[in-house]
Amino acid sequence: MITVENLTRTYGGFRAVDDVSFTARAGRVTGFLGPNGAGKSTTMRIMVGLTPPTSGTALIDGRPFAELPNPGLDVGVLLDASAQHAGRTGREILAVAARTMGLPKMRVEEMLRRVSLTDAEADRRVRNYSLGMRQRLGIAAALLGDPAVLILDEPANGLDPAGIRWMRDLLRDYADEGGTVLLSSHLLHEIEVVADDLVVIGNGRIVAQGTKEELLAAAGTLVRTRDVAGLTRALSAAGIASSITGDGAVRTDADAEQVGLLAMDARVPLTELRAADGAGLEEMFLELTAESQREGNTEGVAA
Amino acid sequence: MSTSVIDRPVSKARVRGLRSTETIPTSRLIGVELQKMFNTRSGFWLLTGGALLSVVATIITVFADPDLSYGSFAAAIGAPLSIVLPMAGILAVTSEWSQRTGLTTFTLVPHRGQVIGAKLAATLLVGVTSIAIAFSVGALGNVAGSALMGQDTVWDISVGNALTIFFADGLGMLMGFMLGVLIRNSPGAIVGYFVYALVLPAAFGALAAFQDWFERIQGWVDFQFASGQLYDGGLTATEWAHLAVSGLVWLVIPLAVGLRLVVRSEVK
Ligand SMILES: Nc1ncnc2c1ncn2[C@@H]1O[C@H](COP(=O)(O)OP(=O)(O)OP(=O)(O)O)[C@@H](O)[C@H]1O
Ligand SMILES: [Mg+2]
Repeated sequence: MITVENLTRTYGGFRAVDDVSFTARAGRVTGFLGPNGAGKSTTMRIMVGLTPPTSGTALIDGRPFAELPNPGLDVGVLLDASAQHAGRTGREILAVAARTMGLPKMRVEEMLRRVSLTDAEADRRVRNYSLGMRQRLGIAAALLGDPAVLILDEPANGLDPAGIRWMRDLLRDYADEGGTVLLSSHLLHEIEVVADDLVVIGNGRIVAQGTKEELLAAAGTLVRTRDVAGLTRALSAAGIASSITGDGAVRTDADAEQVGLLAMDARVPLTELRAADGAGLEEMFLELTAESQREGNTEGVAA
Repeated sequence: MSTSVIDRPVSKARVRGLRSTETIPTSRLIGVELQKMFNTRSGFWLLTGGALLSVVATIITVFADPDLSYGSFAAAIGAPLSIVLPMAGILAVTSEWSQRTGLTTFTLVPHRGQVIGAKLAATLLVGVTSIAIAFSVGALGNVAGSALMGQDTVWDISVGNALTIFFADGLGMLMGFMLGVLIRNSPGAIVGYFVYALVLPAAFGALAAFQDWFERIQGWVDFQFASGQLYDGGLTATEWAHLAVSGLVWLVIPLAVGLRLVVRSEVK
């Protein structure tokens, strides 16, 4: 279990992480979701003691990371797969990590097989690795000590579709066996499939958290009609707020039955009426993080 | 807006807890750091290159030096070593930042002081071993060379002097290590080392040549000057005091500052 309490990290006057509290529980996959620059990586670096927090605490099963006697056996960490010595081979990198943790050499071979790196690839220098191969190596390093807790920063980055599928299954199994998995992403679709719980962060602050079901339920109803103006008029007359999504559908917090009745009374023909689920969560994600969306800024930096 | 997480039982009954009980011994970390010094291409060639250079220097000395003595071999071999060893000391530290391996190293061992200590021990072990090998290669060269050239074998370095040379090379290596800890960037620290080892002594030397007052105090402020005495051996009490004072200023204090920065800084 990972417990984060009132975590804050400032750089000069800028609050990169602002009073963040959440819990990633054992037996569950927790998705840490937020747009670029939201503070995900900074929060994760604080958890593993690489960045000192300005205030607040992050505990692994109730203990500060630095107090774990041999942290590699308890917490598997992947923060940046490119942060490896370019002049070492993949196998050497794992061998050094295994030796540090006091694990037998055989464990390195097991992990190479587990992440599907061939012998020839393992003996190649990391300088010549593809992005996906680096990612696999990073995952192998995180799994090396068979830890109970996994902290992974954008682990699917650079993986091919089969790799993403494999990664998902792996994380699912890890959680099902009682492990704690925290993984970050800026892609909702990527995380939605595998996460049990979601923590959404924007501009350094938590904007929503809960089980995936709770957040989906909170996402309301999605309606489509040719007469959008007529529908929104009918909804607001009944005191129901609604918003128009990017592709012209109407989203509202009211349930589907109520919306259907209102539309019938107002003689507005509907072409679609359903629980917003996945699409709604995406809307929510975009809405909740609206202020931190780069597309809203003049700079318009592409990630 | 934040919805609190509803507590509900985990799907499967299993909950995995922490399992590590024994702390990582420093001896293991020293082994790991030694491995890391050799298992990169740069580290490997730096250290094997150093060994090859010492053999080449021995051979050149045999043929180029008309009066062979142990001193001429020691000087020839010591020169490349006095560059290679500080570089090894620098890279042992800076690669964690320049190559960003620190992200892994300092998460596996979240005690940066312990890691730096293990690096220091590994660096000194490599240093002592290399210097011992250099002395032996020099001795072999002296015996073989003088026989080859039909000269008497001359042993003109006393044991005491050999020890002070050992000490001087070790200080050079520590200097590199200190710059690595302080600067934490490979090119920066290497440039820093050449400023320290070449530019500063030249500047101090020039100053001493033109300013009498500086010549009188040079030993106290010029660390390279003070440690240079070690190569000749037979230091007086004052010269030892020079070494201690200038070493404190140029080596110990910057190292302490660097360590403090390493422990408090962000690794990313
Ligand atoms: N050393 C630093 N000095 C100043 N600002 C910093 C520093 N480190 C991080 N930041 C800022 O903190 C914010 C959060 O960065 P962080 O890397 O945690 O974002 P992220 O959520 O991981 O984003 P991404 O999805 O792009 O990886 C960013 O605005 C970043 O520029
Ligand atoms: Mg990030």
